[in-house]
Amino acid sequence: MQNEIVIAGFGGQGVILAGALIAQGALEQGMFTTCFPSYGAEMRGGTANTTVIVSEEEIGSPVSARPNILISLNEPSFERFMPKIADNSIVIANSSMIPETSKYPIKPYFIAATDIADKEIGNVKSANFVAVGALIKILNVISLENIFKACEKAFQKKPNLIDINKKALQAGFNFIKNIAGANKK
Amino acid sequence: MKKLVKGNIALCDGALDAGLKAYFGYPITPQTEIPEYLAKKMVEQNKVFVQAESEIAAANMVLGAVATGVRAMTSSASPGISLKQEAISYMAALELPAVVVNVQRGGPGLGNIAGSQSDYFQAVKGGGHGDYKILVLAPNSVQEMYEMGYDSFDLSQKYRIPVMILSDGIIGQMMEPVEYNRQAKADFPAQDWALTGCAGRQPRSLKSLLMKEGILEQHNLVLQKKYKLIMQEEVKYENFMTEDASIIVAAFGISSRVAKSAVKEARTAGIKAGLLRPKTLFPFPYEVIASLAKPNVKFLTVELNHGQMVEDVRLAVNGKCSVDFLGRAGGAVIGEQEVIDKIKSMRG
Repeated sequence: MQNEIVIAGFGGQGVILAGALIAQGALEQGMFTTCFPSYGAEMRGGTANTTVIVSEEEIGSPVSARPNILISLNEPSFERFMPKIADNSIVIANSSMIPETSKYPIKPYFIAATDIADKEIGNVKSANFVAVGALIKILNVISLENIFKACEKAFQKKPNLIDINKKALQAGFNFIKNIAGANKK
Repeated sequence: MKKLVKGNIALCDGALDAGLKAYFGYPITPQTEIPEYLAKKMVEQNKVFVQAESEIAAANMVLGAVATGVRAMTSSASPGISLKQEAISYMAALELPAVVVNVQRGGPGLGNIAGSQSDYFQAVKGGGHGDYKILVLAPNSVQEMYEMGYDSFDLSQKYRIPVMILSDGIIGQMMEPVEYNRQAKADFPAQDWALTGCAGRQPRSLKSLLMKEGILEQHNLVLQKKYKLIMQEEVKYENFMTEDASIIVAAFGISSRVAKSAVKEARTAGIKAGLLRPKTLFPFPYEVIASLAKPNVKFLTVELNHGQMVEDVRLAVNGKCSVDFLGRAGGAVIGEQEVIDKIKSMRG
């Protein structure tokens, strides 16, 4: 099974880093992966997106015509990519910035990533990692341990940011775990 | 363990491991990571980095550097590579071992910054003037960006010929796990042609103006002999499931990845498809394509342009079977499904 993940938001939300993190996590997991960022005209405040492909087999195109996973961190990116994703896609929508009244047939996992990062973690910039943590739990393909390893490598040069971002990943992971737990009851 | 690296960076690491001594460049998307990264690395390693005033200047600086026998490189994207053609023709004439990287973007003209493969003709058929060839390598992964970034220097030195790495914006920008599997080199034997100062020896010269009667014709014959040798010795390609294939897809670089996925998918649908991927575009794998061209076989060439390599495939096939084409240009990327649909339509 090949998972084709698009992460989208505005420039500065850490979209590209989140993509590289997932790809590194897949590598730690011993899987094939590609990560292809949008590049060029993006700037802080503009839109940015990146495509990560994670697979048990050799990957062809790093560009996805029809992604099956979307992490959307802001409303313009949500509107841009919801019509492009496959049926039965997994969608994680940052409800701190996207209204929870989706007109699309696919029901997203709404998670207030920015609020969680800001209020629970104390670092608003970690919203991207909160969303990735949620995906790790839903997808169940890359282990939390391996995404932590990836996080350590991502911040090799800024080790003071490792713990706070691990907390962000854990918070997103727990958020989904708790929803699943509540549904079982 | 493998590292997750961007294509443009892996290429730099390959060049550095191969003993790159001097880099001359000018920024242009989608290759700017190359000068950006080397600006730091070359200075750290006490080597030469120059951001030139233009692409033309950068290419001529490479000419000057390689004339002294050191390993030097320049890189650019399509419009910038057009500007470098004069120096490439001169380096081909002077038999200089230089490495030129083209991370192709959409054209013609200034075009756009998306990945493309529209510079095949320019790279393979000679973008500059005169009867010359350069070795052209076509990486299709970050791993090959590293390996070809490394191997290009040995090849260029072995044959005293400019080598072009014909990459594209997608391979250049994407990240993939890569293994740095080449030995780092630093020391090289002195070249008996290099201009290193003639104290204590006979002066040498490197000239491309050869006016005396018959001299230029002789020089051209020398060059042609070398190209022939390269065509015998250096053809490289990937052959995937072509043995029993009735539809053979020919593709290079990024489009070969899309094509390979489509071939696998076609196989699971019961279609006998295969892939022939040239890794060297000059020398081109004419012979293997010719040997695969049989009356019950159909070729399909897939490219991110409007039909360039397909002309060489047709030359190789030489009328022995049909050669179809599927392409998109201007920065558009062909999807796997488009290739599968085309293969299915060819099955008849």
